[in-house]
Amino acid sequence: MTKLESKIIVVTSGKGGVGKTTTSAALGAELANRGYKTVVVDFDIGLRNLDLIMGCERRVIFDFVNVIQGDANLNQALIKDKRSENLFILPASQTRDKDALTTEGVEKVLMELQKEFSFIVCDSPAGIERGALMALYFADEAVVVTNPEVSSVRDSDRIIGVLNSRTKRAEQGSEVKKHLLITRYAHNRAQRGEMLSVEDVQEILAIPLLGVIPESTAVLNASNQGIPVTLGGPSDAKEAYRNAIAFLLGETVETTSQKGWKKLLGGLRLFNRSPV
Amino acid sequence: MSIFKKLLALNANRKSAKVARERLQIVVSHQRSEGGDAEFLPKLRHELLTVICKYVKVDKDQVNVQLQRMNNCSVLELNITLPASELEQGYEQVRIL
Ligand SMILES: Nc1ncnc2c1ncn2[C@@H]1O[C@H](COP(=O)(O)OP(=O)(O)OP(=O)(O)O)[C@@H](O)[C@H]1O
Ligand SMILES: [Mg+2]
Repeated sequence: MTKLESKIIVVTSGKGGVGKTTTSAALGAELANRGYKTVVVDFDIGLRNLDLIMGCERRVIFDFVNVIQGDANLNQALIKDKRSENLFILPASQTRDKDALTTEGVEKVLMELQKEFSFIVCDSPAGIERGALMALYFADEAVVVTNPEVSSVRDSDRIIGVLNSRTKRAEQGSEVKKHLLITRYAHNRAQRGEMLSVEDVQEILAIPLLGVIPESTAVLNASNQGIPVTLGGPSDAKEAYRNAIAFLLGETVETTSQKGWKKLLGGLRLFNRSPV
Repeated sequence: MSIFKKLLALNANRKSAKVARERLQIVVSHQRSEGGDAEFLPKLRHELLTVICKYVKVDKDQVNVQLQRMNNCSVLELNITLPASELEQGYEQVRIL
C-alpha cells in the first residue's frame, strides 16, 4: 500500500478520565486494520498509559522524549503492534520533566513520522498545559472526547477555544477540523432526562458529531487485557467506535445502533479517503 | 421517607439534565465572551501580517500580538521587528499600544 498524504489527529478533551486513551487506541487500531499505516503517539509525559491499553507495556525501551533529546532514533522507540502490521505506538516517557516536549522537538518527530505514516494519532493528556498544548498544536483534525456531564462539556468548550486559537493552523489563518465524540453515554438515562442527551451536548458545543460511544463493560474488559476495543470481540462499544471511524473516513454507515443518530449524522461527510 | 417525598425526589432526578443544560449554556456563553483564549487573535495576527507585508518585508515570526487582561481593561500589544535592511538606522522595533 502506498502512503497517502499524512494526517495528524489529536484526541483531546480538557477534562481527565473521559476516554481519550481508550479512543486513541481504538482509532489507531481500526485505521490500521483498514490498511492505513498508523502510529499512536502518547503525549502524556510522566503518566504513560497508552502502552498498557494497547498491550505493549513490556516492550517499551525508548520513548518520545528519548527521541526528542537525541538519545534514541525514531525506529528504536517505535513499537510495532503484534496483531496488526500497520499499527505502531510511540510511548511517552515516565520522566517528570514536562518541559522535555519542546515545540521544535515535537515538530521534528512529527515531521519524521509523516514520511512514514498515513495517520498520526496524538493521545493528549488532560488539562490545558504543555503536554496538551503540544499534542494539539500541529493537528490537522481533532476528536473532542466528551462525557454527557457538566464539567466534561465545559472543559470541552475550553479546549475547542484553544483549538481555534493556539494551533499552528490557527496561527496560519486556517482551521483545525473538529469532531465531537460523546463517550460513556447511557441512552436510557438520557431518555429519562437524568443525563444530558446527545442533542444537548451537541447544541452546546456546536461542532459536528462524529459518534456516540455507549457506557460499556467491554471497555474495561479490553483494557484489562491490553486490547484496543476495536480489536476485541464483538461489543456495542466496538461497533460504535467502528461506525464513528468509518464516518471519520467519509464512509456512509447505517446500522441498527446508529439509527437513532441518523438524523444528526445524515449529510455529514468528514473527509474522504479510501484505502489504496 | 414518605412515598410522596420519594416521588418528588425521583422527579427532581428526571429533570436534572434540563438544569444541567441551562447551567452549561450560561457558563459556556460566559466563557466564550470572556474570550478565554481570544479566538480572534490568530486571525488578527494573520491579517496584520498581510497588511504589513504590503509595505515592508517582515518575517512571519517577527509579528507578535498579545492580549493582556488587567483589572478592568485589556491591553492589545502589537510588536513588530523590522529587518535591518528596511530601515537605515538598522534594527528597529515598532510598538503600538
Ligand atoms: N465507553 C466507556 N464505557 C465504560 N468505561 C469507559 C468508556 N470509555 C472509557 N471508560 C473508562 O474510563 C476510564 C478512563 O478512560 P481513559 O483512560 O481512556 O481516559 P483518558 O481521557 O485517557 O484519561 P486521562 O485524562 O487520565 O488520560 C477507564 O477506566 C476506562 O476503562
Ligand atoms: Mg489518557
